[in-house]
Amino acid sequence: MSNFFKKSDLSRKEAESIISDTLRKCDDGELYLENSKSESILLDDNKIKNSNYNSDLGFGFRAISDEVVAYSHSNEISKNSLKQSSENLKSTLKSAKGTYNHEIPKSNKKYYDNINPIEQKSLNEKIRILNDVNDYLRSKGDKVKQVTANFLGEQKSVEIIRCGGETLSDVRPLIRFNVSVMLEKNGRKETGVYGVGGRQSYDSYLKDENWKSVCDEALRIASVNLESKPAPAGEMKVVLGPGWPAILIHEAVGHGLEGDFNRKKTSAFHNLMGQKVASEGVTIIDDGTIDNRRGSLTIDDEGTPTEKTVLIENGILKNFMQDRLNARLMKTRSTGSGRRENYRHIVLPRMRNTMMLSGKQTKEEMIKAVDKGIFAVSFGGGQVDITSGKFVFNCTEAYEIVNGKIGSPIKGATLIGDGPSILKEVSMVGNDMMMDPGIGTCGKAGQGVPVGVAQPSILIDKMTVGGTKL
Amino acid sequence: MVKDQEFLEKKASYCLGLAKKLGATDSSVVVKNSVSETVNFRNSKLDESNRSDNLGISITTYIGKKKSSISSSNLLNDNLNILIEKCVETTKNTPEDEFNSLPDKDLLAKEVRDLDLYDDSHIANDQKIDYLKKLEAAASNDKKIVNTESSFTQNKSNFVLANSEGFCDGYKTSSFTASSVTVAKNEKSMERDYEYSSKCFLKDLDDAEKLGNLAANQTIRKLNPKKIGSEKIAIIFDKRIAKGILSTFASAISSSAISRGTSFLKDKINQKIFSDKINVFDKPDMLKGLGSRNFDSEGVKTDTLKLVDKGILKHYLIDTYNGKKLNLKSNGRCGGTSNLYFENGNTCFKDLLNSDSKSLYITETIGHGNNIVTGDYSVGATGFLVENGEFKYPINEITIAGNFKDMFQNITLANDLEFKYATNSPTMLIEGMVVAGK
Repeated sequence: MSNFFKKSDLSRKEAESIISDTLRKCDDGELYLENSKSESILLDDNKIKNSNYNSDLGFGFRAISDEVVAYSHSNEISKNSLKQSSENLKSTLKSAKGTYNHEIPKSNKKYYDNINPIEQKSLNEKIRILNDVNDYLRSKGDKVKQVTANFLGEQKSVEIIRCGGETLSDVRPLIRFNVSVMLEKNGRKETGVYGVGGRQSYDSYLKDENWKSVCDEALRIASVNLESKPAPAGEMKVVLGPGWPAILIHEAVGHGLEGDFNRKKTSAFHNLMGQKVASEGVTIIDDGTIDNRRGSLTIDDEGTPTEKTVLIENGILKNFMQDRLNARLMKTRSTGSGRRENYRHIVLPRMRNTMMLSGKQTKEEMIKAVDKGIFAVSFGGGQVDITSGKFVFNCTEAYEIVNGKIGSPIKGATLIGDGPSILKEVSMVGNDMMMDPGIGTCGKAGQGVPVGVAQPSILIDKMTVGGTKL
Repeated sequence: MVKDQEFLEKKASYCLGLAKKLGATDSSVVVKNSVSETVNFRNSKLDESNRSDNLGISITTYIGKKKSSISSSNLLNDNLNILIEKCVETTKNTPEDEFNSLPDKDLLAKEVRDLDLYDDSHIANDQKIDYLKKLEAAASNDKKIVNTESSFTQNKSNFVLANSEGFCDGYKTSSFTASSVTVAKNEKSMERDYEYSSKCFLKDLDDAEKLGNLAANQTIRKLNPKKIGSEKIAIIFDKRIAKGILSTFASAISSSAISRGTSFLKDKINQKIFSDKINVFDKPDMLKGLGSRNFDSEGVKTDTLKLVDKGILKHYLIDTYNGKKLNLKSNGRCGGTSNLYFENGNTCFKDLLNSDSKSLYITETIGHGNNIVTGDYSVGATGFLVENGEFKYPINEITIAGNFKDMFQNITLANDLEFKYATNSPTMLIEGMVVAGK
């Protein structure tokens, strides 16, 4: 664990007294301290292009009075700097007359080990694996024209000190390993991308030459795309494969169920609590408690232990995801969803691992049920306009379905739909729920946080496919 | 207050000195400080105040042709000692790359002109609040507006870039940014839109009421959208979307995409990639320009480039590393373009709307549907149906798709260029794209 006051002229006791003095008349707030170490090693174009190490240290001081948030952050953990921040907060909240809410739930559960993945594997060994990846993929034939592979590792220590000196802390490991391969055949180029990761050591994912399966998957996607023909344009039936395609759930309903947008009534879901928003059989949860997953957290960035939050149960909207601020203003409790990218940012209610649970049907039944449509297996990213509810996501591997059979691969295309109504178009839910491989990053208000998604195969009766073939 | 040049230079030279002592044959360092203050309003009330003070340093060390880098926000010498030692150690263990090097000395910027990028004026939070009150009053005037969120940010930055070839320079920049996001609602629909202004100088910032009115009007007109059928149609891109097409062009001509072979514009130098009338400039020395700079992120001097001349691609965007690989000299584009723009076309906005009896005017796109390897483009879109030059009704839940290779050849530009962002385009018409809807 990091000792934030070791090399500072500021003692913990002095910090506690500045915090208490600043927050006394506020409704909530805390000092958030963060020390992160991260590395990135990149192989590209046959060479180790980059090896970068970053160490980041800083604090963010937050005070909340009613709906107003005052925030100040700095890289310098010193008496002067904290006092200056305190003055800033006080000047914004001059007329605060609140009562500090000391209540914060406790839990002894931990969802990952206190390790530093960067130190667990030597630089030479990481470089060796990247070179092996390059050699392995380039041995697959002349059509392999470009290989990019990288390691990203991080250890982030956080400490939250609340009014009165209550302290909560967490040490979070995170790794990611990505491979991208570009193929060329008859002048046509296509890429395939795949990766794995989570809150464990590199070896948990890569031992026993496991990296080869990551390479094989990237290569397989690129090879499929080399044979792809133009995607169709227009409304049709869509079968989504299990796992990573659940970014549909993340975009279509996840963001719209975050507390802040619903408190402000700017989400298309704000007046739908308790109502039917999805077909029967559709249950969606947001879970921060799965061991070692990319989106899991022992405590959120306000110190609340995370939980498994049921968002939609058998088609009915049950809960929003809440941080402390929005929970208080909406007269409910935090779901442990308060997150921030780092100490430079304010807390927002965010997703963790968003999952649609398994149903009873098989993928084969779904494909059989489609006369004309597409089967989408792999995706790039997505985006949503939470107010109009319209969302998109980009296929990176998809096939046409003709008369109940999978046909030729089709080119990458954007799919667009309407969040509040799309889940009512789900007519079959598969029995094959799968987690994504651990590669997702969600962006909101300029802040990126690691997240996970999961779903079984699903059949959507009507969605617009943004191809070029009319 | 943002840290002064002397402090940053002292840190930079400390790092260069230490790197050399520890065995680096070359090194470069960037030290940056930025202080920004933001006030946010929501529904005409104070919502958030945010002060941010960011220090950062990044150091790259070379041992012959080996290279590695570190970065940190902790500038205490104790910490820098540990990090630089680690950096040099990592450099030793990193394989050689024959193209790794600092820039050629004769390409480094020699004189640094004052481009008028720093405004010393300070706008206190109370004054920001006054501006936002006026803005929000204008934005919420119409009853259909049910939520307003506005923001005012003052940012002051300073940096120093130094390397072991003796280069050491930097300068202050400032920006003042106001924005407003509004939500309009009626029985049938709820829509969101925004308006924004960002300037180097406080006095150049758009009037608060103008900004609020624009945000509200742009949102209200989106109410009651319809979905249209799938068809081949001419698309008119609003300036705020057209600039994104120019940005995609810029990533496709970056020397890294070209040298790696991952761009649909590889080997297209001196070939016609746009229609005849298209000229593209990247002009780093615009006074008060949002993308202006005296040198690139390696210290290489930057001249104005006419990237596209009468439709013909004339330059890639070249940095030192990829330049050496392509056997080309850096043209000072490490870190990308500066003030990038399409030169005005000769059609007025009204005539552009009238070019086709039916077209789509796009005001927003969502999704990341630009593939620079293949040139394929497919994104979600909202906008308006235009018939005989008139806006008929709002459209949403559609996608637009094409391939940049064809799209570039079919661009017609209006004559309404303005310098609102660092990358700018006049209103743009592209014939023959595919809309997917019902």
